[in-house]
Amino acid sequence: MSIPTPTPTRTDERITTWTPPAPNAPSVGQSIPRKEDRRLLQGQGLFTDDLWMHRMGHVHFVRSPHAHARIVDVDVSRAEAQPGVYATLTGEEARGLTDRYPQIAPEPGGSMKDWCLAVGKARFAGEPVAAVLAETRELARDAAALVEVEYEVLPVTLDGVATTRPDAPLVHEEVGSNVGWKGVYEFGDVDWALEHADHVVRIPHLHFHRFSSTPLECNAAVVNWEQGTDTIHILSNNQMPQFAAMYLAPALGVRTDQLQFRSQDIGGAFGLKLTSYTNITAVALLSRKANRPAKWTEYRSEHLVGSCHGNERTFEGIEVPVMADGQILGFSATAYDDVGAFMRYEPLGGVIFSQVLPGCYRFQHLRVDYRTVITNKTPVGPNRGYSRLQHLWMVERIVDVVASQLGLDPVAVRKRNYISADQFPYETPNGCLYDSGDYHGALDRVLELVDYDGWRARQAALRASGSGRRIGIGIGSTLDSGTSNFGQARLINRELQYSGNGEAAICKLDLGGEISVALGTVPQGQGHETTTAQVVGDTLGVSPDEVRVLAGADSARNAYVAFSGTYASQFAVTGIGAALGAARALREEILMVAASVLEAEPEELTLVGATVSVEGDEDRAMTFAQIANLVYANNGAMPPELADAVTLNRRFVYRPPFGVPDWRTKSGHLTLTYASQFHACVVEIEEETGQTTVLDYAIVDECGTPINPQIVEGQVHGAAAHGVAAALQETLEYDEDGQLLNGTFWDYHVVSAPDTPLFKTDNLPRPSPFTPTGSKGMGEGGGGPLHAVCSAIQDAVGPGVVVTDSHNPTERVWELVNEPSVGAREGAEVISR
Amino acid sequence: MADSSHPIELTVNGEPAEGVVLGRQLLVHFIRDTLGLRGTHIGCDSGNCGACTVIVDGRAIKSCMQLAVQADGSDLRTVESLSAPGEELDELQGAFTKHHALQCGYCTPGMLMSATALLDDADALTLDEIRRGLKGNICRCTGYVNIVHAVEDVAERRGKRSA
Ligand code: FES
Ligand code: FES
Repeated sequence: MSIPTPTPTRTDERITTWTPPAPNAPSVGQSIPRKEDRRLLQGQGLFTDDLWMHRMGHVHFVRSPHAHARIVDVDVSRAEAQPGVYATLTGEEARGLTDRYPQIAPEPGGSMKDWCLAVGKARFAGEPVAAVLAETRELARDAAALVEVEYEVLPVTLDGVATTRPDAPLVHEEVGSNVGWKGVYEFGDVDWALEHADHVVRIPHLHFHRFSSTPLECNAAVVNWEQGTDTIHILSNNQMPQFAAMYLAPALGVRTDQLQFRSQDIGGAFGLKLTSYTNITAVALLSRKANRPAKWTEYRSEHLVGSCHGNERTFEGIEVPVMADGQILGFSATAYDDVGAFMRYEPLGGVIFSQVLPGCYRFQHLRVDYRTVITNKTPVGPNRGYSRLQHLWMVERIVDVVASQLGLDPVAVRKRNYISADQFPYETPNGCLYDSGDYHGALDRVLELVDYDGWRARQAALRASGSGRRIGIGIGSTLDSGTSNFGQARLINRELQYSGNGEAAICKLDLGGEISVALGTVPQGQGHETTTAQVVGDTLGVSPDEVRVLAGADSARNAYVAFSGTYASQFAVTGIGAALGAARALREEILMVAASVLEAEPEELTLVGATVSVEGDEDRAMTFAQIANLVYANNGAMPPELADAVTLNRRFVYRPPFGVPDWRTKSGHLTLTYASQFHACVVEIEEETGQTTVLDYAIVDECGTPINPQIVEGQVHGAAAHGVAAALQETLEYDEDGQLLNGTFWDYHVVSAPDTPLFKTDNLPRPSPFTPTGSKGMGEGGGGPLHAVCSAIQDAVGPGVVVTDSHNPTERVWELVNEPSVGAREGAEVISR
Repeated sequence: MADSSHPIELTVNGEPAEGVVLGRQLLVHFIRDTLGLRGTHIGCDSGNCGACTVIVDGRAIKSCMQLAVQADGSDLRTVESLSAPGEELDELQGAFTKHHALQCGYCTPGMLMSATALLDDADALTLDEIRRGLKGNICRCTGYVNIVHAVEDVAERRGKRSA
């Protein structure tokens, strides 16, 4: 793949705040340095692989080399005979010891059987078939190589569309087909619109490819099944432990309160560390069997082939009704979402895309016929931007294809169809409520940042010069819907008893008057310790330095609800909402105690510098340490009513205002916030080679009120890098036997510093009316670069040609330029009235 | 086949150290498991990611691509040498926090060691040289922009930044 070496453009728009806030000035809104940084910079973080325990063994998985094969026999005897081997585990054994995992899908998809190790047959290359626990990681690996598995190879099904045909090999016999779930989303009157529109643009086929954001730290867990207390201690980097508990507890047949989760630092997750409960189950069984702690740290090659990938989606038969003035009435499409061999988090993707059904647009007539399909490939996990980015990519492709096929200006078509700033809160045809935004303003700003007019002039000049190079300018408008209403799961399976969302936090004044906050969130680099300290510090009148934030999972702290974790762009709403609620409750207690002692009314008191004083009479004051001492160590001196009323230890659960969406109409408030991002990308293509270089890249994001602008900007950069990487160089592909072709970082081309554009960014806050601080979740970013890079390549190649794939490596770009009849064979057609 | 063992002696972050290592033991495992210096991380098994970068005899190397026995007699510096817990951050670490050049922090120790070697070696660095100089280190969180700015900032302060 080409490694772009652009002349990077610097921007003065970068956020460079580094002035420490004035004493007592609110820290929310300031880019204060992160509290997490010191330990991470000094090599003192605690990642899962950093934990060592006495008598601990190491786990190695035996994986299927075949994509689809009946398991005839598994013989672990040679492995078990090795010195230093503590225990082995086979699929049959796991089937006897555990129940199959619950499924989200209704029947028939719900009858899929999933255990921690393959039972009966292997369904993807890399699926764990057996596991070994041994004294060292090397011995475990050696012994695993001695496990003998006899396979009978079966035919494979790998194509997301062909797998739905009756002649495709069945991946799960009990499901009866390879369709795990299907549903039609239909709003407005698409057939009427297609009949009455001035033009109908048809796009027969679009393909969103498989990739993974590959967190730099692989999955890992240390499990100690302590038999005396029957407690299962799990230190892991799983990013949503309570979701994992929902699978682990019934599978293992244990109470959820036996599962004690813990995590500290996590080396990135991006949604891909949600489904590691399968591996954790096997590690737990081995720990119990050998009666010793068991550690599992995944190798990168195992991570790529055996953990999870992002969803691959094929869109067929797209039809778009368009009026002569460029108004797009909506679209109709069939989507095949290839989730690989097991459903696990799926088929939630089958509803989550509908959070952003019309994209940023006022489309009124919409139909998506959606299928979750099963193949002999690695299962998927909710990779950053999950399910919305695939859908939003299609929506942006539609807009660009409409513009190019009808000879319209892509900026004008977008502006003609965007929801306008005065329409917020905006209700979509499927009942979602977009909270706030200014899409027109943000598009203008990003075009200004990237110097759109200047690049258009350079593009024309280059075209005239016959230099063998072409420039293209692309736009991507995208949404990052955050804070999900879990009731949307009922649109998939109406029996599921889920709805709403929430997060817990405990804010406490400790024995010496110190403030601490325990969170239920499980951050992986998002800076929760810092932003929480900012919000709590402001509430309690102390600097963020004074607030100790306990982030990461810890069941023993009791700061969790079923939704706890870090996923789906929600911390700024749910996590901050919980911390703020707990801090306010604590503040009330502090004021109650101080009011009683200082003989004042709570309203007369101010909190500054960990001291409560009477306004205008600063000598009447009490420090937090004095308050803590009174409540914890001197309560005989307190009036009994007061002593009974305060604990200085307040747990608060934030709950967003959701009801239950309607499964019949597939509509309702599916998410609370809609952050938006507008990307503008300039590429240069070398005609002779297809080499594609990003020359310039600008992003404007809108995520309500930023708590820490620098952290927000960091998330924008990170999500943008993932998108550019996926669009140009990262892809997971299989050969005809179902072998992954990109199983190491040699073949999976992760972007590095010189390949990543120096993004120019700006932020236009439009506070959310629905959230505690006006902030919106924004970490996923909505896959903007996939839209913008495809848009830019199509623009560079020229009129008529359609970019139909989300992944455009050199060879595909070369084809688009040099053999457009081939590249565009599935392009588009226009039927005009 | 039984593992062979080999005694080694080396200097680790300025202090003499010794140990007995297995013939097939990787240097990164010796650093993490035997020396207990857990700041050096592992992000791949193919030498591509740079999370394991340390400085051996003045050169940044990937410690997963060497056997521990090869480090016999060498001068090894890990991230823990830059500043100790409780001490002030060194100049580069300070620039990383100022520019928000780390998120999850998993790549950070390797990135710091590569950048330390890059800054020590060069007389002058252009922006492109900084970007290329960090090519061996993958960061999946930051998109590199702020890492490049942090290194640029230190280069500027040391009079090593060229246009
Ligand atoms: S661990 Fe990835 S290069 Fe060494
Ligand atoms: S900060 Fe997470 S990999 Fe670099």
